[in-house]
Amino acid sequence: MTSSAHAPALRDPAWVARVAGCLAFGVVLWPLLVWADFKPWVLFDASSLAAMRGFLAGFWPLATDPEFLTLLARSTLDTLAMATAGTALAFMLAAPLACAVTRALSISRIGPGPGRTAAFLARQPVRFVLTVLRTVPEVVWALVLVRALGLGPGPGVLAIGLAYGGLLGKVYSEILESTDPRPAQALMEAGSGRWAALWYALVPCAAQELVSYTVYRWECAVRASVVMGFVGAGGLGQLMDQSIKMLNGGEASVILLTFLALVVLADGLSNWLRKGLA
Amino acid sequence: MKHGPGNTVQGLPVQRRARRHCLRCLLMRKRRAAPSFLTPLGGRAGCSPALGALRMGVVLAAVVSSFAYLAIDWAGLFSQESLRHIGRFLAEFLHPDLSGGFLRQTGWAALQTLAVSSVGTLLAVIAGVALALPASGRFGGLPQALARLLLNVLRSMPELVWAALMVLAAGLGPLAGGLALALHTTGVLGRLFGETLENLPPAAEQALRQAGAGPISAFAYACLPLAAPQWLGYALYRWEMNIRMATVLGFVGAGGLGQMLHFHLSLFQHAQAMTVLLGMFVLVIGVDTVSSSSRAHLATTRSGR
Repeated sequence: MTSSAHAPALRDPAWVARVAGCLAFGVVLWPLLVWADFKPWVLFDASSLAAMRGFLAGFWPLATDPEFLTLLARSTLDTLAMATAGTALAFMLAAPLACAVTRALSISRIGPGPGRTAAFLARQPVRFVLTVLRTVPEVVWALVLVRALGLGPGPGVLAIGLAYGGLLGKVYSEILESTDPRPAQALMEAGSGRWAALWYALVPCAAQELVSYTVYRWECAVRASVVMGFVGAGGLGQLMDQSIKMLNGGEASVILLTFLALVVLADGLSNWLRKGLA
Repeated sequence: MKHGPGNTVQGLPVQRRARRHCLRCLLMRKRRAAPSFLTPLGGRAGCSPALGALRMGVVLAAVVSSFAYLAIDWAGLFSQESLRHIGRFLAEFLHPDLSGGFLRQTGWAALQTLAVSSVGTLLAVIAGVALALPASGRFGGLPQALARLLLNVLRSMPELVWAALMVLAAGLGPLAGGLALALHTTGVLGRLFGETLENLPPAAEQALRQAGAGPISAFAYACLPLAAPQWLGYALYRWEMNIRMATVLGFVGAGGLGQMLHFHLSLFQHAQAMTVLLGMFVLVIGVDTVSSSSRAHLATTRSGR
């Protein structure tokens, strides 16, 4: 808004706060830019432009020799299998932990009875395990496991299983806590056990959301397993890492296209599954 | 809300719960769908049991065949010898290098990671807003389709792939990491921002336009105040995810904690690697706490208005 001397009422009444806010923002931002080594003009100097142009120019004649294509097909299958097996492992890890940690199944929370503090304390170690599992990113898990167990899809599957196990466990317990708590409470107040309360009250209410989150995580796992190849866990990522390092544009573009197709496919498949799996 | 007035779910205000759900629904791309946690089993119309069984069968078959295809040597993985190897490996991790000099180095790397994620998110916010305007259909159909296509491509490539490409373009170093984060996050934020704009009630802007305000000031004084809190919420949320990601980007040479971790693991210096892992842990937990509390604050101030 422009302000003129004739009509001071048109001036933005909050301009002092806005200008001060911008200045403070700039003061905070400056060191961040320095630490992040933010020099975008590096992108435009001659040597990096030449390197990028050479690499991108190689993109067009797509690599189509049969040897490379069989390798590509095998890596794609590897990636899909890693994601599926990893998600299954994560589910097996997360389901019991989520049941242990969720407050929705706590009998001691129902009334002012004894054992409330003890139950709270008992949940904390499990909660901590879940936090550790999901705080370390899956690629870091993969990197460490590759070092411990050797190259190949095994560490990748375990890495997805551990990292997503922690994540799924936390989300499952939150979903169980945020569904209608009354059926489960009614069952438990009437004297039924937790196992019955879980299957007859919580799961029927939350099934759809539980399933759809799990399927969403599978979709993420497909992307993650591609990324994990960059640290040596096999699959498409490892292939992509090699082609980029060897500046083989033709192979890189085919792999990128395959990857985009895989992501779209996973998206469609997970929509189909989500529509009626619950 | 189905809960009574003043009722809370497990001690948390209902408002905050609901908001957290919104973010999750959004993540799962259940756009505008009725939140399923309000409709217990009766709510799944149009799904025959046979089709459900088919889907279940497909999932089971996929899981079994993946394990069979990968043919992971579980026995070898968990054999006596390999367990001993893992045990030795883990034992080396138990003594992190806590000398002052190395701690300072880790601290600087953590600051660099923080800076990379902040700069990347900030660039993504700027580019995201710039792309959200055409993507929400403000400039007609063709720019909308183009902007959406661009956002989709940006979003479907993971940060690490962008980083591998950016290392070629910008050389090794944190700049490549920041740009990679910015590219992917632009795709995500552009779409979320655009959807926010589309869902805004149009009355305020129309009123300003009809009273004679120009398009820019009508946008700035009618749409922006409505959209900004939600945009800020999304940006904070992505920032939180980007800090996790920034620790990882170092693996392909983009600086920060990830590069240190990769370096020390490659040299089998496990004590130092453990320190870096601890640094990552502290950084992520700290950011989680700050971000979730500020998002909760944002939610309460919005609902209190």
